[in-house]
Amino acid sequence: MSMTAAQRRRMLERASPFILMAIIVVLWELICRGFQVSEFVFPAPSAIWAKLVEFHAEIAKHAWRTFWVTMVGFGIAIVVGVLLGFIIGSSRLAYTAIYPLMTAFNALPKAAFIPILVVWFGIGVGPAVLTAFLISFFPITVNIATGLATLEPELEDVLRVLGAKRWDVLTKVGLPRSMPYFWGSLKVAITLAFVGTTVSEMTASNEGIGYLLISAGSSMQMALAFAGLLVVGVMAMAMYELFSFVEKHTTAWAHRGSQAA
Amino acid sequence: MAASDNTTPFIDFRDVWLAYNDELLAKQQFAVEAIDLKVRQGEFIAIVGPSGCGKSTFMKLATGLKRPSRGQIVIDGAPVTGPLKISGMAFQASSLLPWRTTLDNVLLPLEIVEPYRSQFRSKKAQYAERARALLRQVGLDGYADKYPWQLSGGMQQRASICRALIHEPKMLLLDEPFGALDAFTREELWCTLRDLWQAQRFNVILVTHDLRESVFLADTVYVMSKSPGRFVVRREIDLPRPRDLEVTYTPEFTDIVHELRGHIGAMRKTGAEMAQ
Repeated sequence: MSMTAAQRRRMLERASPFILMAIIVVLWELICRGFQVSEFVFPAPSAIWAKLVEFHAEIAKHAWRTFWVTMVGFGIAIVVGVLLGFIIGSSRLAYTAIYPLMTAFNALPKAAFIPILVVWFGIGVGPAVLTAFLISFFPITVNIATGLATLEPELEDVLRVLGAKRWDVLTKVGLPRSMPYFWGSLKVAITLAFVGTTVSEMTASNEGIGYLLISAGSSMQMALAFAGLLVVGVMAMAMYELFSFVEKHTTAWAHRGSQAA
Repeated sequence: MAASDNTTPFIDFRDVWLAYNDELLAKQQFAVEAIDLKVRQGEFIAIVGPSGCGKSTFMKLATGLKRPSRGQIVIDGAPVTGPLKISGMAFQASSLLPWRTTLDNVLLPLEIVEPYRSQFRSKKAQYAERARALLRQVGLDGYADKYPWQLSGGMQQRASICRALIHEPKMLLLDEPFGALDAFTREELWCTLRDLWQAQRFNVILVTHDLRESVFLADTVYVMSKSPGRFVVRREIDLPRPRDLEVTYTPEFTDIVHELRGHIGAMRKTGAEMAQ
């Protein structure tokens, strides 16, 4: 079966992330072996893989903990982010009042909240969930607000003359219009949520990948620490791809350029 | 065609002035001023004038989206106090919603305006049939289930006009609806609009830059001046109906266009002198 040039190009495009990853892994392995880098400083992929297999039960337990904690925090971020975005995007007054405060808040390093959260909620799930939430709601809010605020004045006239209430305009036009922004923001927010959980677990938990990283580091098990990082990366990537998939299948109209091909 | 002044007019502007806010009102700066206008039932009027002369402001007044600072507007026998549901609007940008099919875009007003709104669920099939019939009338047969971005610019504009007409408004307001189309498509759409109007006889207010368009379509053409935004010329177009595109090549037609062109040219000249 022969392929056209276009088909071949598409195949290559689809395979490109895997090819790049393979190249990096091979180079990494070669450098570690060639320069005989100590496993305590910078472990080779083969060493990381060995640890991953050796401690798979332990890693899976911590990974599961990190995963569900992140999902809870992310879930709260979606609810709060959407509500806040809805308020900001639909009212000028709310926009003016809330936006500066929110920007200032977003500039604060969320890791700095962890000691405070520990005082309030103790070591464990609480600080991790809240850190994941705090770090990830902002992009969702901003994107929903932007989607709602970009309404053509002509269309608004067309609807208002028919007696459309603010609510009609929001639900018929604003919300559908902001859906692509929403899915786009989830892709960003989920990766941030994993960062939040992991960072929090590093200081304020006895479970989770963050905890694993710290304990592996302190016992000089660098390969195990890298294995933990790898697992977080894979989880974030999987969720990102999931939202990408949903985005493409629910808001195809916003991606028509790439679909037409 | 003499204006039938003996019957009550459908649209009646009585010395209407509008300043956009209180500050401008205090400075006596009006976007439109001293507008007196009487339009009979079913009349097609066109408003021409330079950019920024207040044509769009006039549209907002006629639909009740803006209240006049002075004077009174009576439409269909009642003073205008708020958005007028008996009007449908279409603009230069079709502003169709890309996530809705053409059919669902045309149905949008029925989801909003009463009495259709409360019956929308139960009568959806009936309304959809009505929308399809309207789309057929403007030559969009077979495009009902396509998305707006799958249509050409001219087709989008046709769909936009269908959306403006679906709730059977008594008054259709068009703000440079054909401005972004090429010349051939534009003339096709003139005929589409002419046929729709001929069949249903709603009132039309067409705002345009295009003098040929205004003369071909309208019963009466008003020329508006810029700052102050006033109606300076009223010209009845007595070309016989139904009008065919051929009429645009007759000397009668070109004479009227020339005459209007002269008014606008004179206005621009005095405007330029004032600026200097």
